[in-house]
Amino acid sequence: MITIVMSRNMPAGTFEMLDDFFVRALFAGSALAIVAGPLGCFVVWRRMAYFGDTMAHSGLLGVALAFLFEVPLIIGVFAVAVGVSMALLALQRKDALPSDSLLGILSHSALALGLVLVTYMTWLRIDLLSFLFGDILAVSKADIAVIVLGGATVLAVLAAIWRPLIAGTVSSEIAQAEGLSPERAKVIFMILMACVIAMAMKLVGVILITALLIIPAASARQFSSTPEQMAGISVLAGILSVATGLFTSLQFDTPSGPSIVVASLALYLLSLAAMGFAGSMRGEPSEDRS
Amino acid sequence: MSQNQPPAPLISLRAVGVRRSGRWLIRGVDLKVDPGEIVTLIGPNGSGKSTAAKVAIGLMRADEGRVERSAALSVGYVPQKLSIDRTLPLTVRRLMSLAGSHSRDDIDVALDAVGIAGLADAQVHRLSGGEFQRALLARAMIKQPQLLVLDEPVQGVDYAGEAALYKLIQTIRKETGCGILLISHDLHVVMAETDTVICLNGHVCCTGTPEMVAANPAYEQLFGQRAAQSLAIYRHHHDHTHLPDGRVQHADGTITDHCHPDDGHHDHDHDHDRDEPEHAGGDLRNAG
Repeated sequence: MITIVMSRNMPAGTFEMLDDFFVRALFAGSALAIVAGPLGCFVVWRRMAYFGDTMAHSGLLGVALAFLFEVPLIIGVFAVAVGVSMALLALQRKDALPSDSLLGILSHSALALGLVLVTYMTWLRIDLLSFLFGDILAVSKADIAVIVLGGATVLAVLAAIWRPLIAGTVSSEIAQAEGLSPERAKVIFMILMACVIAMAMKLVGVILITALLIIPAASARQFSSTPEQMAGISVLAGILSVATGLFTSLQFDTPSGPSIVVASLALYLLSLAAMGFAGSMRGEPSEDRS
Repeated sequence: MSQNQPPAPLISLRAVGVRRSGRWLIRGVDLKVDPGEIVTLIGPNGSGKSTAAKVAIGLMRADEGRVERSAALSVGYVPQKLSIDRTLPLTVRRLMSLAGSHSRDDIDVALDAVGIAGLADAQVHRLSGGEFQRALLARAMIKQPQLLVLDEPVQGVDYAGEAALYKLIQTIRKETGCGILLISHDLHVVMAETDTVICLNGHVCCTGTPEMVAANPAYEQLFGQRAAQSLAIYRHHHDHTHLPDGRVQHADGTITDHCHPDDGHHDHDHDHDRDEPEHAGGDLRNAG
């Protein structure tokens, strides 16, 4: 199928190379979806969508600083994302402003600061668009190694803090009263988020990372009765989105990152429709009481 | 927990104060729960009942006074308010394993004990208020903690269910020997089994057995005559009758204006503005 699709758009002589980069993209995207699924569920449950956005937007500042201090990009992005999330935690404790206002300030000023810095450093010839929207078709084998190793680490740590994190999501008071240290789990979770954002930036870019976290989780919600089920189904939804998005990107020559997000949106809409259909078969309204 | 130690209190608060945003939520609060003891905190809204309980189990930090908990104290907690985000799918069975794994059988037994055996696979969002409250109680008690802290555990439960749940709480205490810290604003249902009632209004108004607190003028001033009566009614409805004019005829035939158990042989007017307490049962402390 890949060959058929490609033969429409691409010159015939580059088949094998194309095949290779496409498989790499598919592999990297799927690996990312496996990590983003469970993490995205927590983003949805804990209402941290805007928070994730803020961390992601700070990624560009991370890129700029990484160039400035000549460290690997992924380290720069990770460090800035961790810094921003810890700053947010500290500010929230002070009750200075409502959380959403704080997030608005941090999110867009980090993005703007990143843009200014990147364009100011005129000696750098970097493709700004690729950082904003990602370039999944350009992933190297080294990138894949980073994603697989990093992703496995993130999943292992997430598994270790699963119980306190779920308990803290249901009720941080119960979790704390019963000795589960939900605050520590929350901080560790933020660091995992920063990891995933750093890994995802090259694939889908700072603007679209949150979508990859949230939309598969939202699609999975309809079909899950426990948190663990929802995490698992959102992994499947994420992989399906990556695959569909990449194939359509290739077929219609659309940008790959946005195509993946559009595919996941389509999947979400399908899940809504499926739920409505199942509900009407049971003679219930599709929306239960709220 | 070792059985042959002398019973050290599970938690003890001494002269504890909590200050938030320049205001003392509670101050000078003494509170102690022994193993196997049921302590009930009562008080009007905003009197600091939940705050005192949260300080006791370490959810809030005390700004003054001493808080002591026994080493490795295991706590089961039912908070006053809990809303679970609807995006989080959660069955009752999964809720039961929130803080630790439990076998299917244990979960079924616990759910059966609170009367919602059939709801194990229901989503928590679909439970009624009373059912949810029962599920939370089952979850708190399933691991048999040394201390149960129940903040308004019967809210939303109908009258018959309320009595059943209080009976269950007593059974848990008898069977597991755990201490229970119970919070209620509903003065009518302060349990007959309560060992100690602490009447709170920012500070501790009075402390003692339910009879002693009901007889305490500080309590009466805080809650008014009728509340004071209803507490006593709950405890003593077998040995006196209420006359149509509101007075009370006791078992020995004497008639009083209210039904404190220790005032059955004297009569007095109710003067809410009186300064001196006319009587105080037992060794009551008047901190107010």
